[in-house]
Parts: sequence; C-alpha cells; structure tokens
Amino acid sequence: MSTMNSSAPGAGSGYDPTTTVIEIDHVMKSFGDFTAVDDAHFSIAQGEFFSMLGPSGCGKTTTLRMIAGFEQPTSGAIRLDGVDVSRVPPNKRDVNTVFQQYALFPHMNVYDNVAFGPRSRKASKAEIAARVPELLEIVRLADFANRRPSQLSGGQQQRVALARALVNLPKALLLDEPLGALDLKLRHAMQFELKRIQREVGITFVYVTHDQEEALTMSDRIAVMSDGRVEQIGTPTEIYDSPASVFVAGFIGQANLWPGAVTSRTGESADITALGGASLSGRCHVDALRAGTDGVLMVRPERIMVTVDEATAAEQRVRGTVVDLTFQGPIVRLVLHAVDGTPIIANIDPDHDLPMLRPGDSVFASWSASAASVLPASPDQPLTATAVVDEG
Amino acid sequence: MTTVSAPTRSRRFSKKKEDDDSGVHARRWFTPYLLIAPGTLWLLIFFIIPLFSLGRLSLKSGGFSNYSTVISDNSTVIVRTFVYASIATLAAIIIGYPLAYVIATKGGRFKNMLLALVVLPFFVTYLVRTLSWKILLFDGGPVVNILHGLGVLNENQGILGSPFAVVAALTYNFLPFMVLPIYVSLEKMDRRLLEAAADLYSSPARAFRRVTLPLSLPGLFAGTLLTFIPAAGDFVNSELLGSERTVMIGNIIEKNFGKEFFRPELSALSFMLMAIILVGVIIYARLLGTEELA
Repeated sequence: MSTMNSSAPGAGSGYDPTTTVIEIDHVMKSFGDFTAVDDAHFSIAQGEFFSMLGPSGCGKTTTLRMIAGFEQPTSGAIRLDGVDVSRVPPNKRDVNTVFQQYALFPHMNVYDNVAFGPRSRKASKAEIAARVPELLEIVRLADFANRRPSQLSGGQQQRVALARALVNLPKALLLDEPLGALDLKLRHAMQFELKRIQREVGITFVYVTHDQEEALTMSDRIAVMSDGRVEQIGTPTEIYDSPASVFVAGFIGQANLWPGAVTSRTGESADITALGGASLSGRCHVDALRAGTDGVLMVRPERIMVTVDEATAAEQRVRGTVVDLTFQGPIVRLVLHAVDGTPIIANIDPDHDLPMLRPGDSVFASWSASAASVLPASPDQPLTATAVVDEG
Repeated sequence: MTTVSAPTRSRRFSKKKEDDDSGVHARRWFTPYLLIAPGTLWLLIFFIIPLFSLGRLSLKSGGFSNYSTVISDNSTVIVRTFVYASIATLAAIIIGYPLAYVIATKGGRFKNMLLALVVLPFFVTYLVRTLSWKILLFDGGPVVNILHGLGVLNENQGILGSPFAVVAALTYNFLPFMVLPIYVSLEKMDRRLLEAAADLYSSPARAFRRVTLPLSLPGLFAGTLLTFIPAAGDFVNSELLGSERTVMIGNIIEKNFGKEFFRPELSALSFMLMAIILVGVIIYARLLGTEELA
C-alpha cells in the first residue's frame, strides 16, 4: 500500500460484514494502576461505520489511539487485515486519524495539508496533483485550496482534516469526536455529510463519540463502553431496543428503570415483580439472569400508553397517579407515581387520545411485553432517581 | 465595543454630563499617543538625534570617501568580525536548538528549573563571566593541560589569544539569547501536530523537518538576531581573551574612540557595521520567510 489507489473514490467495496478489517483481540491497556481498557474483544468489518460510544474516561479514545498506533496495548493484539500491528509505529500503519481538534498544520495551506500524507509516502507528483483536488471536491473545499487553516471556519477545518486523512485511502479512518468542537446545527449537517462521504469512499470508519444521538444516527454498529469495558456491541436498533445492561439502557436514550425481583426465566423472556408488587414480564437476552435474582425492568418512555379505563390498557399494566405534565413540543411528558411511589415517565405524542389529566388523577400506564426488557441489577449502577428520570 | 458604548449613550441623555462626555471622548482619542510619548521622546533624544549626528559626522571632511577609506583600511577586521559572529551564531544554534527542544518537549516538571539554569549565567556580570574564561583557558590552566595531555594541542600551543577562544566565548555569552526564543516557539507548538504527522506516514525525522522546524523558525530567527547582532558588535571577548590576531570592529571603535573623540572615520565604521547588519537581517528574513509567520 505504498502507492495510492488512483481509481476514483466510490470504488470502495462498501459495507461487507463478512470481511474483518480491524480485530481487537483481548486488548488490555493500563497506565500505572489505572486500567483504561479492560479486555476489549471485537472486530470491525470492511466498509462499516463503527462507533465507540461512552462517557469520558470509558476507554474509547484509548482504544482508538491503540488502533492508530499512538499507544501500545499492555496485553492482547490489534490486527489490521489479519496482521498484528500492536508494536508497529503509527507512520507504518495503513490507518489515518481525524483528530478531535483537527491538528491541521498551521504553516501550510489547505492543499499542502491534504498533500502531506501522499508526499510522505512518496507518491508521484501526477498522483498527488490528481488526488488532492479530487478529495477537496468531495469535501466541498475546492475553492479553499490556498487558504491557511486559520482562515477557515470550524466546519471547514473539520472537512480539511477529513480530506487530509481520506486522501490516503486508508484501510480504516479513525475519528476522535470529530464533531465535538462544532455547534449543534453544524454538527447535524456534518453528520449527514460524514455519512455521505463514507458511502462515497467506502472506507471503514471507526468513530469515537460520547453523543448517543450521533452514534445512533450514523453507525452500522455501536460498541457502548463504560469504565474501560465494552458493555454491548450491536446495531443501533439492538442497542436501543434490547440493551444488555442497565448502563446501556440509561446511556442510550431515556429509559424507565424499575428495580424488582426476577420470578421466572424462560428462553428469551423473564417475569419480574416490580412497581409495588405488579407481576410483569419482558424480553431477556442476558444468560446470567435467573429466577430469584435482582433484576431491573426497562421500558422506554415513548412505549408507554396512559389510559383512564383499564379495559383499553395494554397487557402489561400498572396503576399510577399523575404527578406532573410537561408540554415539550412534539410530545407531552407525563410523570406518574406507581403505588409504591416509583416514578414512571411516559412520553405521549399529540395523536394519542389523552383525556384531560390533572396531577392527582388515577390512571393506568401500560405497554406491550415486547417493549419491555428485563436486565440484571448492577451493583455499580445504582438506580438513583436521576438514573430513572434520565434526560438522555 | 458594545459594553463601552452602552454607558456612553445612556449618559448622553443627561444634559449635565454632555460636556464631560465629549471630554472623555477627546481624551480617549489622545490616550494611545499619550502612552507612546515617553518612549518616543526617549528614542528621539537618546537614539535618533545621536544617530543623526553620528551620520553627519561620518560624512565630515571627506564625505563618502570616509567610507571607502575606512573599508580599505580595515577590510581584514571587517571580514573577521562577521566570520566570528557567524560562526558563534551557528555554534549557538547547534548547541542551543537541541537544548531548547529537550527542555520544551521532555522537560516536564523540570522545565522552569532547566530554563533558570540557562539564564543563570546572567546573574554574573558579563565582564566577570568573560574574565573567568581567562582563568579557564590560560597556558598551564586546566583546559590547556587536558588538551596537551590528549595531544590535541602541541606543547607550545595555547588557547588564550586564539580565534577559537574568542568565538567560543562569544558563543557562550550569547547562548541564552538563542535558547530562550527557540524554547518559546517550540513550547507553544501543538504536540498533536507530531501525532498527525506520524499518522500521515512521516518518520520522526521527516516530521521534524516538515513540522517542528518550520514552526520554530520565528524563534530561530529571533535567536539568530539576538546572538548575531551583539556578537558582531562585541569587543569584550576579543579584548579579554583574544590577541592582535583576533581584533574585531568593536575593538577598533572602542580603542580609538577614547583617544580621538570626533573622528569621522570612526563614525563611518560604526555606520557601516550597522548597515551591514541591517542588510544581513533583511536578507535573512527573506530567506527564512518568517515575516508572515512571526
């Protein structure tokens, strides 16, 4: 790969789940006493948009830096196209990084920034003269080739960083919170832009973010990380609908998390007693969950219906008292208290035929069993009031 | 600007204050000039006027022929002066750049201590510092003895009085002026740029050449000026550690100025030294292209 592929971008092979590009093989990384990444084990496929999502300090950036070559794993191996690159310096790895603050070379103009990689690899002048403008075209910066980075806006700098990395047609592009420095509106625009560019060039993207919405919008698969551990890997739908842990449920979107006692476990479903003695059930994908253990019932607020009449309620239902009603534009946010005082959050959309409710009214909260998940209780993830009424 | 204009506007509504307001405005307009006045006056009286009178003096009694006379009379000394200053500057770069680099990048919590050590010689007077080299370098002194023992110098050779002694002392005396500006430019460089360079297939050597070095050019430029200019005008090192063989322009000016105070040739020599340095600096700036970087 010392010469550049001169074929047009877009000739990339696209998402191919059966071909592994990056393999993280039981990787552990510690700095002194601190374990930054604890036994990470997963692989990333050809053309995949793969996100590592988690709060700051969860180990996602360290994992990315190990793939880039800026850090070496304490144990385990990182394979690129099947070759162990754990001890290979970054300049000899065929991956490129888009840095959090872009790290553009301030003394070079946009063109020279983008041409930096190809020139390092001693690509021919003709190749550089063909590829650099092509990439500037893709990121829509053709008219800015002679500008210095300091003369560009944040969004433009971001696209220069992208072009500078993509011009090398790496095996994978590593992005470290690339949209973090942009304002909200630009961030939304860039999400679509990134996705468009990724489809166009067909290169594997490994994307680090703490923004769950960003990850859900763009990714083929997401690895949710916490405290150095990978909590769950799956498609956005899997992660959202079937979280594997209380942490994942609370971190991605809003979730009602009700503690209870698991009464039975059969195959893909489990029964749990929660919300003041109600006998409820939900889907369950965690092998370790058995009858007699502590569990947590998770239902997303938008899956909950609120009715006054028990007859019209869905199969899974509990009685509750209205505590608070908040109009939030597209939805009405309803806070109920179950008989034992546990809060129940329901997001009601305007089409929902909701009777006039006042605080103190007695209602039924109900949902279908397929909307509920039973999760193992986590000792390090206590269900405080803020976790239950998580703003996401 | 909005925070400044808001109270001004509100005050304008009260008639009583209107006069004060315009007064404040006028004074405000005048403030920058007021602030630079002392400095301007100082430079005018103690720099521009003497410089002007020196320039006039240099043209007295012979006109521009004073310059040709002074150049032909002292051509060896003039060339020697700039050769010495250039070698000393180059040596200061060779010693100072790695030093500044290590302090800036690997200094960690010892950074300030290391910088203090670089500046420490300044706590001793220039004269005493240079004189102490005499003790170090005299025939039969420690340095000469060691070099004799190693066979680097013949038994009848010394260091004191040699060009080497003068250039080495010039380098030593002006080294901190080289280290500090380079340190500043390296210190403020974003370290992630080196990660970016490595990520883009650059070896550490290439990353240095293409990223670190260009970004430290402003510091290197400032350091070179701060070393070369005083070194070219210096007479102390040659006076104390040199000999007849090492006379520099500064020595000639200093020696003769005492005796014949108002000689046009000396003024011409001083002016020429200044002109050569000025032209040299301009060429150097062009070559480095630091004008837009600085």
